[in-house]
Amino acid sequence: MAPLITFDRVWKTYGQGEARVHALAGVDLAIRQGEFVAIMGPSGSGKSTSMNIIGCLDTPTAGTYRFKGVDAGRLDRNRRALLRNLYIGFVFQGYNLLARTTAAENVELPLIYRGVAAAERRELAMRALAEVGLTGREHHTPAELSGGQQQRVAIARAIVSRPTLLVADEPTGNLDTARTHEIMDLITRLNREFGLTIVMVTHEADVAAYAQRTIRFLDGHVASDAMNAEMAQ
Amino acid sequence: MIWETVRLALRSVRRNALRSFLTLLGIVIGVAAVIAMLTIGAGTTEKVKADISKLGSNLLVVRAGHAAGRGGPDQTIRPLQDKDLAALRAHLEGARAISPAAQKQVRVIYGTENITAGVTGTDSAFLDARDWTLASGRAFSDSEVRSGAGVCLIGETVRQQFFGAGDPDGEIIRVNRSSCKVIGLLAPKGYTGFGQDQDNVVLMPLAAFQRRIAGNRDIDNIYVAADDRTPTSELLPRVQDILRDARRVPQDKDDDFDIRDMTQIADTMTSATSTMTGMLSAVAAVSLLVGGIGIMNIMLVSVTERTREIGIRLAIGAHEKHILVQFLVEATVLSLLGGIIGILIGLSLAGIASLTLAIPFAPSPAVILLAVGFSALIGMVFGFFPALRGARLDPIDALRHE
Repeated sequence: MAPLITFDRVWKTYGQGEARVHALAGVDLAIRQGEFVAIMGPSGSGKSTSMNIIGCLDTPTAGTYRFKGVDAGRLDRNRRALLRNLYIGFVFQGYNLLARTTAAENVELPLIYRGVAAAERRELAMRALAEVGLTGREHHTPAELSGGQQQRVAIARAIVSRPTLLVADEPTGNLDTARTHEIMDLITRLNREFGLTIVMVTHEADVAAYAQRTIRFLDGHVASDAMNAEMAQ
Repeated sequence: MIWETVRLALRSVRRNALRSFLTLLGIVIGVAAVIAMLTIGAGTTEKVKADISKLGSNLLVVRAGHAAGRGGPDQTIRPLQDKDLAALRAHLEGARAISPAAQKQVRVIYGTENITAGVTGTDSAFLDARDWTLASGRAFSDSEVRSGAGVCLIGETVRQQFFGAGDPDGEIIRVNRSSCKVIGLLAPKGYTGFGQDQDNVVLMPLAAFQRRIAGNRDIDNIYVAADDRTPTSELLPRVQDILRDARRVPQDKDDDFDIRDMTQIADTMTSATSTMTGMLSAVAAVSLLVGGIGIMNIMLVSVTERTREIGIRLAIGAHEKHILVQFLVEATVLSLLGGIIGILIGLSLAGIASLTLAIPFAPSPAVILLAVGFSALIGMVFGFFPALRGARLDPIDALRHE
């Protein structure tokens, strides 16, 4: 079976002339469906750029990015928006929930853009919130929730439309150790129970250890790409 | 989806209540001014029409002298004469009533009371021509008109001055030192648009007026009321022909009399009013433009403030048009709200004006609908650029925005 994600000599270049910077310099990469991959690397190494391309938020300057066999790098922004809406969920470091909007309404958001009817939306949102262990908090606004709870709402929002891929950008960056492990356990469970493919950017080794595979970026290249030892069994 | 968006927009407007209100002010003032102007204008037009019709409907008024330069130094005015009236009566077709009139402001006395009233010498057709009706009593008989008997009809104001609420019938009043028996009371007509009391009048037979008050045989006006089948515009040239003939005006000379078409005057005054209303409304419309720019400004602020929100929405799969519609609806809801408040204020102002100026309150559903539509349009037009700016944001930049 073809991989879910393939990078074929992907370049991403910013700026012009002297100020030209290659964020990605001919990266080749493949991620299969159901994998849990951690992307690591120092800032400026190209890990965020590759995550944006994987999440169909950005397009390569040169080379081909395929998502589900589709040449996503050649799609216009509205087609990529549709791709994100149908197949990709996002979790960010800063949670990125809509303020003064209840947890349930936040979770419903992707379904609104999918044109799902209100009653069904509400039902799906409740189910997603239950899956992340937030039953009873549906009508709280982000300001009334702790950081860990807010991130759970964000995860519920990411999985409510049953995506193929979850892109997580430093999902535990704002959380303490106990909360970090709770969130990572949740993400791991989503990977195992639903077969959700997960691509997670992190700079913490113990967070990356939850993944099955770690890709390290350095200066726009893949420096190392290996299965995690303890998970390999 | 659209209902969802409207709800979202209302929530956003409510969240920034003060800011929203200040933004709306331009639209509110603009719409209120336009609505007030148009409503007051319509009321004034109705009032003018009503006033003109009080003079008598489908009425031609003939006066002696040239239409322009009346009473100029190089010409003597030849007054209208009995023979002119006789010629009209004999030859004019399409007239319902033809009536002569001679007027003078004269002192009228009853007992110890005295007032100055407009005294008119005329005949019994006058009531028909001028749309007067009798509240009580009777009109002049033919023999009274022929002989110039000392009888008169009085208006409501004259009655109140002399008799209070009492019955004036059969009382003797003195008009310019000759006595005159009251035989009827005219139904009240009220004031003209120019503030003239139409009820401060005394009518008497023309011959009596000419002999006792004017001291000559002149006729000031001949009133010609058209019948139902004849428009005044058709009647006017006929009157002109007959009078030129009767007065022997040479072919190469202008008329030495002047015919006024009251229907035409009504139209002229109505169009003058509507021109005035239109101009004032145009000025008010400038305020709508300013209001629209205010909305554009606040929407730009709103888009900038919510860059991150836009980023989130785009990331989770919002189409460009979803963002565009969201902000467009918000701008439209905002200006529509302003429009509705403006309409309420405008109608209140027009209501107050109609009370103080004694004109009818004439709100037009079409104008109100137009104002609603126009304010919504302003929101869409001026909200479009900010909304487009929001929709075109790059999701990565927008998510990074603090």
